[in-house]
Amino acid sequence: MSIVVALWLSLLFLPFKGLKAASVLFVVLTVAIPLMKLVSVLMRKALPHLETAAGLLPRDKRYLYVLLVPVLLVPFVGEDYVVDVAVLSGIYIILALGLNVVVGYTGLLNLGFVAYYAIGAYSYALLNTRLGIGFWTALPASVVLTTLAGFLLAVPALRLKGDYLAIVTLGFGEIVRLVLNNWDSFTRGPNGISGIAPPSLAGAVIGKISHYYYLVIFFVILSFFIMRRVEDSKIGRAWIAIREDGIASSAMGINTMLYKLYSVAFGAFWAGLAGCLFAAKMRFVSPESFTFMESVLILCMVIIGGIGSVAGVIIGAVVLVFLPEVLRDAQMYRMLAVGCGLVFLMVFRPQGLFGRKDVSLGN
Amino acid sequence: MYLLEIKCLSKHFGGIRAIEDISFSVQDGPILSIIGPNGAGKTTLFNCLTGFIRPTRGGITLRQKSITGISADRISRLGISRTFQNIRLFREMTVIENIMVAQHARIRSGLLAAVLRLPGFKKEELAVRQKSFEYLELLGLETLAGKTAGSLAYGIQRKIEIARALATGADVLLLDEPTAGMNPQETDDMMVTIKNLKKLGKTILLIEHDMKVVMGISDRIIVLDHGVKIAEGPPKEIKSNPMVIEAYLGKEIQ
Repeated sequence: MSIVVALWLSLLFLPFKGLKAASVLFVVLTVAIPLMKLVSVLMRKALPHLETAAGLLPRDKRYLYVLLVPVLLVPFVGEDYVVDVAVLSGIYIILALGLNVVVGYTGLLNLGFVAYYAIGAYSYALLNTRLGIGFWTALPASVVLTTLAGFLLAVPALRLKGDYLAIVTLGFGEIVRLVLNNWDSFTRGPNGISGIAPPSLAGAVIGKISHYYYLVIFFVILSFFIMRRVEDSKIGRAWIAIREDGIASSAMGINTMLYKLYSVAFGAFWAGLAGCLFAAKMRFVSPESFTFMESVLILCMVIIGGIGSVAGVIIGAVVLVFLPEVLRDAQMYRMLAVGCGLVFLMVFRPQGLFGRKDVSLGN
Repeated sequence: MYLLEIKCLSKHFGGIRAIEDISFSVQDGPILSIIGPNGAGKTTLFNCLTGFIRPTRGGITLRQKSITGISADRISRLGISRTFQNIRLFREMTVIENIMVAQHARIRSGLLAAVLRLPGFKKEELAVRQKSFEYLELLGLETLAGKTAGSLAYGIQRKIEIARALATGADVLLLDEPTAGMNPQETDDMMVTIKNLKKLGKTILLIEHDMKVVMGISDRIIVLDHGVKIAEGPPKEIKSNPMVIEAYLGKEIQ
């Protein structure tokens, strides 16, 4: 097994660095992979001890607020470039948390999530440039529009299950992008919409990147809290129950179709919010930002963090936004490296960094 | 007045008559067993009663109200709950969460109350949690509340399913082969459990293959064969009914 993985990865490198480097990589990997396995076995043995140690921490999780301090200090210590990437990862956290509701809790595979992101972004762009509506008025309007779009797209799609649903959502994602690309008179087609006004707060325009950072962090924290609270209520329980067993859920009196609709709409709500923030930050939107690859990226964030885990999804989003930036020096290898990382993760920890459940398309 | 009345119920799958013209009524309280060889239509009957499949013909009334052809979740809210032949627990959830899901329909707090953690929400969640413990205590499962449901032993999982069905607040419980795959000790335990459910005032419909269980706890037995009801009566009568013996053992060669 590990030799196959090593061989596969070194073959991937062959075209870039030639036979010599690839064979070195092969040898290194054949040694490294069993070693990693050993480490993971040791980790598993150590796990009960770690859990007892974790049990000694105070039950009240409020001390975790301490974590907020470094987060809030980022604009003071980081360069503008770092803050810029952090803003982007904040937007992706909101998106990934939204998708996590649909894929992670309710177990509906959505491959066209970017459609809602696009609808949110274009709603703000159009409301602002055409009607001159400001950010704080346009934001709720765009979010409501996106949520409604979520409802409308879900009604026909939810008759399907599993892989079939995934394909239909993929289709919806493409339809939305193609409409944005071709409806020139309304969306200005591939040229996109520029000149979107930045948000302002209490009369002051939010123009500096650090201001955006705090705006995005505010919404990330908001989404985090709302997500945790909804998860721990009858709605969250119903979603997870539907993921676990749809038939048993309806036998428990849960209207499964209605709760699936809620889930899709709730997910779309966050995508709409993220889209709005994206349009306000970039001050420019075009269909190019909303391709299928974007849907895949968001799904990857949910999966590598651990499906269904709020904290895991946040870490997944941050890793997947920062990793390509950190690896920028490696030039053309960086996407390859990110891809390899994903393969490694799926081989050694298929449930994601923090997840409990394996990823599967079934049911 | 009957609690549950089934009139001329039929379900055809294409040309196959899974159940044909079945009628019976259930009064408040008893344990009614439904027996018959494999493929007799027992589970199909349960699926019709709980709204998972729509009967081809005939009617079902619960407290004189027709429930024919309405959805499974509504039937559950009206007071008929069930367990499944192949256990269907929410495996990744804890035992107590399984029981809390069953009380879904009785929780009033919506999205806004949950997000704002209104006092009403907190009170209700606490009450649901306490109530869930009570249901677990009834079946002696309270020590397992925090365990992941899918990780527990088979016999325990069957009991959790019963606790979950009970937690919906249903008056009528449909148990589909509750002792399947159990050892004699677990089976005896399950018999006691079912008798306790009767003491709680629940009406129980039971599909069961183990004749010791059926004869031991049933007040009345209905026998199905090839989708048709061939006999109905107390255990003693059923035991000596020639039609039943024929269905199970075949005709004597003359």
